[in-house]
Amino acid sequence: MWKTILRRILLMIPQVIILSVFIFALAKAMPGDPFTGLITPNTDPNRIEELREQSGLNDPWPEQYVNWVKKAATGDFGQSYVKKMPVATVIADKAINTVWLSLLTFVLTYAIALPLGLLAGRYQNSIFDRIVVIYNYVSFAIPPFVLSLVMLWFFGYKLGWFPTSGSGTVGLVQGTFSYAWDKVMHLILPAVTQALLATAVTIQYLRTEVIDAKTQDYVRTARSKGVPEGKVYTRHIFRNASLPVASTLGYEITGLIGGSIFIETIFGYPGMGKLFIDSLVGRDYSVITALVLILGIDTLVGTLLSDIILSIVDPRIRIQ
Amino acid sequence: MAAGDQLLDIQDLHTGFRIKDEYYDAVDDVSLTLDKNEILAIVGESGCGKSTLATTIMGLHDSKNTRITGEIIYNDLNLIDLNETLYNQIRGNDIGMIFQDPLSALNPLMRVGDQIAEGLTYHTTLNKEQRTERVLELLDQVGIPDPLRISKQFPHELSGGMRQRVIIAIAISCKPPIIIADEPTTALDVTIQAQILDLLKDLQAETQAGIILITHDLGVVAETADRVAVMYAGQIIEQATVQELFENPLHPYTRSLLNSMPQEDAVTDELHVIEGVVPSLTKLPHHGCRFAQRIPWIPAREHETDPILHEVTPGHLVRCTCYKHFHFKDEKGEE
Repeated sequence: MWKTILRRILLMIPQVIILSVFIFALAKAMPGDPFTGLITPNTDPNRIEELREQSGLNDPWPEQYVNWVKKAATGDFGQSYVKKMPVATVIADKAINTVWLSLLTFVLTYAIALPLGLLAGRYQNSIFDRIVVIYNYVSFAIPPFVLSLVMLWFFGYKLGWFPTSGSGTVGLVQGTFSYAWDKVMHLILPAVTQALLATAVTIQYLRTEVIDAKTQDYVRTARSKGVPEGKVYTRHIFRNASLPVASTLGYEITGLIGGSIFIETIFGYPGMGKLFIDSLVGRDYSVITALVLILGIDTLVGTLLSDIILSIVDPRIRIQ
Repeated sequence: MAAGDQLLDIQDLHTGFRIKDEYYDAVDDVSLTLDKNEILAIVGESGCGKSTLATTIMGLHDSKNTRITGEIIYNDLNLIDLNETLYNQIRGNDIGMIFQDPLSALNPLMRVGDQIAEGLTYHTTLNKEQRTERVLELLDQVGIPDPLRISKQFPHELSGGMRQRVIIAIAISCKPPIIIADEPTTALDVTIQAQILDLLKDLQAETQAGIILITHDLGVVAETADRVAVMYAGQIIEQATVQELFENPLHPYTRSLLNSMPQEDAVTDELHVIEGVVPSLTKLPHHGCRFAQRIPWIPAREHETDPILHEVTPGHLVRCTCYKHFHFKDEKGEE
């Protein structure tokens, strides 16, 4: 087991290297550099050239790459051109917000999807199942931004139950109850919306898998042992039916940091998704490069985590 | 045979499946008995209802889409009338079942030891250590070497023959007086087949269980069974002791089946083939001999309008009177 994990981690090293080279090349291919923005009609071209020389922009590109990697490994992604702050600080700030939002979304999604999917599969063609299937189609068919806007309009503006943007009210003292409560209130609307959108796939997966597992031979074997129906489901059917969902769990967990561009933009929530789109629009190259690298590595870790989770729940995957 | 030896008494059993709001009987008017220490073989080609009969006895059909009538008497209980809770006390404990495909009949996510122990948790008062002990004992009994190691393995780590042994261990874990083996050797290669059949016979000698052996392999029947019931299109068309059936087959279907077996002493170019196929469930004729359409050269007047089982000699039953006039197509008839 540990050997498998170690081998998978070793396999990730070339993947990360390829990813970083790719991102470096893309960043180099982008027009301009940190000093292009400083040029005014009064700027001395020699001064700019001096700055370029100082910051190593005139070095051969392999040297630049190595320097960039060295710095990135210590968490130094340079300065944000727009915010005039270290990129690492900018990202860390937003990442915390996104993790809270994603965590709540994640919990809500599975709290809704697991029981609905498993029970709809078990009681296939019942009225309950039909309602779940209709819910699925609706939430799958509705465009994310439409649902987000409707939620925002109804619960935010019409009923006024929840704040309509931001991640917290300015002026509250950190550590107090009202501060924490305020944070939670800001989370609920985007989290619920995102969860409602995410449940459809998981429910559909689980329902189909349960229906499929029900007719398997090993379920008949279990019944022929005299195992009560409830136990047939919990011990045999549900475990086998949750395998495909378990296989995506790794991505889901590491995906917590990625955030959602749609949701965060619409709800004005200052997270990673919003940072990404803002940096793109504002041409904040250093932030974009860092984000792409972080999210790329994050995805690689996600696949690793998925593999580990799957090998825990499915003994057939374990490599000796 | 003493009356007390009778384990199971099936009378007028019908199992109908619902297809578009109508029920079609896959098992049609089956009456059978099973005695202690007896192997009763049920033979027939694919789709004749033999597996349906087995799952009906086990009560494994979904009650919403199945209609079951008749009697399955076990210990003065009609199993058909039992609710799920009561049936669960019978399943595994009084009737054990061995399945056809050892590859798919075991839960891929559970250690085989746990799968064997599962039945014990519901039917015995053994505690965890005792159950583990019993599992090792069972694995040893079904001829698995190194039971301790195997019990901790997962099904995919075992060979087909080993898995079938595990399935047999599950079936006999609570020492049921009745064992239903649904094509237990079909998915195995020939040498393993023989081992598994020997194992079944040995276990029977130990436990005196009554075994219903479902198969389409007449060789298996000849080797293991005491009595045989031949099924065609949901009905039993002939029933006799093994010796009687092989020496004096009566029904045209039984004779055709036996004639289709490759013979060592008479090597011919081609094997005998029974014309046509078993009619599908929705196309079964409601009256008349169901085998008639596959022996069209026998005139219709030779069949009964509503064929019943005739007891030709004690214990030898045959359906329809057409057997009296049957001859193979390439043979000359008596007329």
